[in-house]
Amino acid sequence: MSAHSFAGNTAIVGIGATEFSKNSGRSELRLAVEAVKAAIDDAGIQPSDVSGMVTFSSDTNPDVDIARSLGMGELTFFSRIHYGGGAACGTIQQAALAVEAGVADYVVCYRAFNERSGNRFGAGVQGRPPLANAESAHLATYMPVGLLTPASWVALAAQRYLHMTGATSEDLGTIAVLDRKHAATNPKAWFYEQPITMEEHQASRWIVEPLHLLDCCQETDGAQAIVVTSKERARDLPQRPVIIQAAAQGSGAGQDMMTSYYRDDLLGLPEMSVVARQLWETSGMGPSDMDAAILYDHFTPYVLYQLEELGFCAKGEAKDFIQGGRLEIGGELPMNMHGGQLGEAYLHGMNGIAEAVRQVRGHAVNQVESLENIVVTAGTGVPTSGLVLSTDR
Amino acid sequence: MTQDHSHSLAELVGQSTGPPWVGLDPVNEPMIRHWVEAMGDANPIYVDAGAALEVGLESVIAPPTMLQAWSMVGLTGTLERDSQRGQVKEIEHPNDRMMRLLDEEGFTSVVATNCEQEYLRPLKPGERIAVSSVIETISDVKKTGLGVGRFSTTRSDFYVVDDSFPEDPEGRTNAITSAEHVGTMRFRILKFAPGAQAPTMPPRPRPAITQDNEYFYEGLKAGKLLIQHCTECGTLRHPSLPGCGACGSLEWDTVESAGAGEIYSFVVVHYPQVPSFEYPLPIGLIALDEGTRIVANLDLDVDSIAIGMRVQARIDKLDDELSLPIFISAAS
Repeated sequence: MSAHSFAGNTAIVGIGATEFSKNSGRSELRLAVEAVKAAIDDAGIQPSDVSGMVTFSSDTNPDVDIARSLGMGELTFFSRIHYGGGAACGTIQQAALAVEAGVADYVVCYRAFNERSGNRFGAGVQGRPPLANAESAHLATYMPVGLLTPASWVALAAQRYLHMTGATSEDLGTIAVLDRKHAATNPKAWFYEQPITMEEHQASRWIVEPLHLLDCCQETDGAQAIVVTSKERARDLPQRPVIIQAAAQGSGAGQDMMTSYYRDDLLGLPEMSVVARQLWETSGMGPSDMDAAILYDHFTPYVLYQLEELGFCAKGEAKDFIQGGRLEIGGELPMNMHGGQLGEAYLHGMNGIAEAVRQVRGHAVNQVESLENIVVTAGTGVPTSGLVLSTDR
Repeated sequence: MTQDHSHSLAELVGQSTGPPWVGLDPVNEPMIRHWVEAMGDANPIYVDAGAALEVGLESVIAPPTMLQAWSMVGLTGTLERDSQRGQVKEIEHPNDRMMRLLDEEGFTSVVATNCEQEYLRPLKPGERIAVSSVIETISDVKKTGLGVGRFSTTRSDFYVVDDSFPEDPEGRTNAITSAEHVGTMRFRILKFAPGAQAPTMPPRPRPAITQDNEYFYEGLKAGKLLIQHCTECGTLRHPSLPGCGACGSLEWDTVESAGAGEIYSFVVVHYPQVPSFEYPLPIGLIALDEGTRIVANLDLDVDSIAIGMRVQARIDKLDDELSLPIFISAAS
């Protein structure tokens, strides 16, 4: 595979978000507009400089409504990516591709929703109409049986993983306790100053065995936006450039949407392996070059899978890799310093990208010392995406 | 449910079903021979003293699964017991009381659902077997495929007794506490109101039907669990797709699964609780013996479910539009 031409030549120059809450009290579109405006301000550009917009196909906020709201004027690039949270890092890749190709100079990626006070993903898909199309028919396999929620879809794979690798519920708890520890010192996190203990994790009620309540991320109202442009333009802007060293999407063999239960085994996320291979080849770096990681943590089990697929440890060994404070700040691979989606907010992975940007800039609240490179992943269990972000050097 | 006897039934849990009783005949070689011939069990240690000696036994032994057979009182015995009971009708043993209360609740039908036995040592010819039973559990009212009802589990403990074992109920109850315990059986029944469905439960979410997956739901309505089969390369696939991932052919038909397989993975759903389902809700990913996997409901005690467990599909008609495979223990 040849190196992606945008890699190393594009950069993130602005980030903006609303507060993260359980009831925003305003429309999803209003949240989107606020976040996009904040990101544009952070980048030090004008709305009229923006000519491209990228979001998730599951986002309800039309790019043109945001453009009209902020007086952006003309757009020359607009794109949407499918597969829920798997789209997160893919939005940055789309933006970088457009910038590198000269299709747009500044592209804003955004995600906004009232996912807690409005349409809760955790409530289940039982109300979806049985339309005669392939997306509905996919759910047909699970709806009449009662396998209705993301937690249940992940749990059915995770039970097999725990059985085969010997990982335990306490190992999953290690991830939850770590994220909540980091969130406890992040004032923007919903769970600011609310760390949990392993005992509390174990005592939390079952949602879907083998997942406890504290294995599941929170639900959030909020919005996050991110501005991408070329490295050359980035060097003339106020923020320290955050270089997109690599950005990749991946769908694996036997891929399904959350329910890839028919592959040879259920012990991996082959789609994340497809992403990892591209990230390392494109960036010319490897796991040992990463100073920190932001790994998608809607549910704790897939964090273990990701450590393995990204090559931080061998298959089945994540349960050992996560021990001994390795993922804490000051450890070998600090992870989810903002608190992750378990601790800070569930913004479909976009808040994790923003945290990686703050870490590269060097002004995160839980800053990793001397950080140069960081890997970020998007939603798991679905076709997904990832990033390697670096300092300008 | 015509009457609710929940409180009275709860009081019966833990009570003895009645006085201990003794099987009509001691463990004996002719009955063992009949049994192993009927079962097709060729193990010589049940019939050949020499073979038994060779493996370190003192004599032939009875097949462990005959445990309950030695306690059965036969047609005559049953009649005698009933006629005795008829003479002292004011005595209603707890088991009779449980059955009466369940009848009064409208659960007039009965079906045996599970039997688990535990063998503590082999039984030898000449030994007399006595049994004492207690009502171990009576469930809340459950909705089942047969109808609404309650499950009840009776635990029977088997003892070896000698000729000094008393005849009178009170003497037996005392004597059995010092007898040698040789086995245990848990027998679970469902007492139910046939055809009665819980009125408050809405139908399950409807599956979206397309030309690609219609065969699956139509097959289930006809009582068949069908798997897509590539007519070009023979590869099976599930869930449905218009093309074969192995060879790319769009030509396919179906084969009928025997419904046998093992639990590859499973979950127990607790939240959120959707009114169309009962919780906790066990769901399995079943590896069918034919080679494909399928996600389906499990009609199994939640605590008994394990990866690798052998299961068998039963096809349940949930309503006029929807039938689904439900997997039960292959052992039952």
